[in-house]
Amino acid sequence: MDFTWFHRLGSPPYIYRLSERLAPWFGWSAAVLIASGLYGGLLLAPPDYQQGEGFRIIYVHAPSAWLSLMVYSCMATAAAVGLIWRMKVAHAVAASCAGVGAAFTAVSLITGMLWGKPMWGTYWVWDPRLTAQLILLFLFFGYMALRASYDDTSRADRLSAWLAVIGMVNVPIVRFSVEWWNSLHQSPSVMKLARASMPASMLVPLLLMLAGFTVFFLAFLSVRLRAEVLRREKHSAWVRETVANA
Amino acid sequence: MRHFRLLLTRDLRLAVRRPGQTLLPIGFFAMVTALFPLALSPRLEELRAIAPGVLWVGALLAALLSLDHLLRDDAADGTLEQLVAGSESLVSLVLAKVAAHWLMTGLPLALLAPLLGAGLGVPVAAMPGVIMALVLGTVCLSLLGAAAAALTLGARRGGILLTLLTLPLAVPVVIFGARATKLTIEGGSAAGAFYLLAAVAVLTLTLAPLATAAVLRIAVE
Amino acid sequence: MPDSMSAFFAMGGYAQYVWPSYVVALGAIALTSWSARSVLRAALAEARRAAVDGSEDA
Repeated sequence: MDFTWFHRLGSPPYIYRLSERLAPWFGWSAAVLIASGLYGGLLLAPPDYQQGEGFRIIYVHAPSAWLSLMVYSCMATAAAVGLIWRMKVAHAVAASCAGVGAAFTAVSLITGMLWGKPMWGTYWVWDPRLTAQLILLFLFFGYMALRASYDDTSRADRLSAWLAVIGMVNVPIVRFSVEWWNSLHQSPSVMKLARASMPASMLVPLLLMLAGFTVFFLAFLSVRLRAEVLRREKHSAWVRETVANA
Repeated sequence: MRHFRLLLTRDLRLAVRRPGQTLLPIGFFAMVTALFPLALSPRLEELRAIAPGVLWVGALLAALLSLDHLLRDDAADGTLEQLVAGSESLVSLVLAKVAAHWLMTGLPLALLAPLLGAGLGVPVAAMPGVIMALVLGTVCLSLLGAAAAALTLGARRGGILLTLLTLPLAVPVVIFGARATKLTIEGGSAAGAFYLLAAVAVLTLTLAPLATAAVLRIAVE
Repeated sequence: MPDSMSAFFAMGGYAQYVWPSYVVALGAIALTSWSARSVLRAALAEARRAAVDGSEDA
């Protein structure tokens, strides 16, 4: 197995130029996917039998929740790669993930509460999914706070990487424990719109939005990562060449 | 094994010499559990319903209070660097420190809980179960807290950060532990909850010291 | 397809929940995109300054 592609990704100038080239592709693809998802979800999909037009919140809530978990996994994986292979670029990826991950966790909480209010009657009922998202938000905040409290980049990288890895092991346990705790008290969970029973007109826009949000994250990363790499490498020769030619 | 025993006895001896530091979390736990009846109602039937939550949150907060000293005191006078540099097995060093911390904090909390629980309407028959649940829970808290303490060792505002990091990690322990305690108090079958709590404890005991050791090496550089 | 523009905006009575959700989510996309680009611009400026400082010493 030839792993040169992996090590090439670990080279800061390579990843910088690659991100620069890919950014517009990701950006425009995300825009097309999200636009078509919005069109399908808001205009084409019929209203839900039980929830009426209110169910349309799913088209922004589900992708946000999906993104929050995906970004945390990406952050933890990058952190692990950084620790195992001592790749600075991997640590830069992890650092770039934190802010956007926390932001979309918050979005999933806000949209979740806005969905819950008309369905449950109150903004918060300790629904297991939302409760787990709240704990995920704390995990992101903890990661960002830990990074911020160390001035030395190398130390901040490696310590926060360990925190991300520990958190990653914790996330499935937390989700399980919260589901278990909630099932004992049988709270209503109106967000169960099972995929199997969703007609295509409802499901396709959802898949488009999920894909759109994912590609948006890639677009975001291909910009944010460049800034992170530049900051870390600003005294090196390739950076000097790059900004001289820019 | 010898290093483990030496470090354990050293830490225990130091803790005994600083009774204030050792008794503070226990005193805090007692005060917090005493505050709830004062804040709510003296009626035992009402208190029994919230007793598991009060005992567990009280134990968690008391443990968090004492975690700061787990590593910071040794780091401040340079002992920690010496220990890390000279130890063959960093994991056994971590286990020794965690064991000392638990013996001086977690175990007394677990033993004290039924007494304080009686003030919250916990029946005498439930006391062994309450102790068992808190023993398992406080072991997890000491292990998780040690990892968080190592992560925040050189950080600015490390004390607050330690709390922020430990709380999400402690959520499964509190959920399973409080549930086990509640079922014990009500007299139902608590076996399921205890198994889950024990599973989390075993997982934490296996993985947390490894992570803590790796983090200590970075923190002490 | 909705019957009319006003029916579309009313969202069957759920308008006060649906539209703020969309604003928050799409707003987050817009804000994070803008933030990434502004951080990149700042990093480029920093790198240019570092390059200039370096060449001055040389």
